[in-house]
Amino acid sequence: MNKEELKVRLEEILPAAAFEEGSEWVTMTIDPAAWKEFARQIRQPSGLDLDYLFCVTCVDWKTHLTMVYHLVSTVHRHILVVKAKLDRNDPEIATVSDIWRTAEFHEREAYDLFGVKFKDHPDLRRLFMTDDWKGWPLRKDYEDPVNMIKL
Amino acid sequence: MDVEQQNGPDRSFPGEVHPTAGGGVLVTKLDEVINWARSNSLWPLVFGTSCCAIEMMSTASAKYDWSRFGFEVARATPRQADVIIIAGTIVNKMAPVLKRLYDQMADPKYVIAMGACATSGGPFFYNTYSVVKGADHVIPVDVYIAGCPPRPEALLHALITLQEKIRGGGARETIKVPVQ
Repeated sequence: MNKEELKVRLEEILPAAAFEEGSEWVTMTIDPAAWKEFARQIRQPSGLDLDYLFCVTCVDWKTHLTMVYHLVSTVHRHILVVKAKLDRNDPEIATVSDIWRTAEFHEREAYDLFGVKFKDHPDLRRLFMTDDWKGWPLRKDYEDPVNMIKL
Repeated sequence: MDVEQQNGPDRSFPGEVHPTAGGGVLVTKLDEVINWARSNSLWPLVFGTSCCAIEMMSTASAKYDWSRFGFEVARATPRQADVIIIAGTIVNKMAPVLKRLYDQMADPKYVIAMGACATSGGPFFYNTYSVVKGADHVIPVDVYIAGCPPRPEALLHALITLQEKIRGGGARETIKVPVQ
């Protein structure tokens, strides 16, 4: 399936899909509230069959956070990038760990370093930082006067 | 003997042999013999936390072959190791592990801080919440090596420097030999 065909299929599933131009892979931005149901649909083997979630990350834009999901179909070899804009003060999005198992610890990482809360995640704890750590280290406004110098 | 001294550090046996009929008499000091013996059989611990470990492995392999200088067998348990080469970044979560490994090593034990991260926190990890600003905040260090990462030759030089320190009675854990 080439990029144009993939876009057509995606628009059938989610008519409100907004695509980004000029990126290597088909990239779309969605409403965080629509993410869970959309994820369930694109995973279907009879549909797009995006069976492998190969990267989950978060970006801090200072004004908001963006969750970025990279998906690939190991059968059909098409790749999709999904972005969701989150409120920086209360970042919350539904977990997809029940759809792609790998998301379980990828989401823990995003929680650990950016403070994104994943609704219905089975085990949302700190992953790299110690359990009693305060704050979200990869946010742009993170301050640690003991260990870091301001430039 | 003279040639050896010209080409590098004196690795010879510390003592004098006085030939006599049917053999010889050896005059030496036990302290110096023990230091000499220890310096020529330093077993490193298998320990590497980042890219410096790749250079350390290279130093151990055939091309550089640190066995030539008496470092021979890298031990996978601290209880059998004499020297720990801190090859890589020490993060806050690793610091207690490093301390425990050091504590488990039997005396006498020696420490080499390899590369920028182990000596000072590193050239690019320095300004961060997660990295210890130098392994000497956790355990004492005998020899520091500059570099990111240091070349195998630099590590060999550091190991030979450690040998000289031990032989000369200057390392932390060694028998002190009075300066003559």
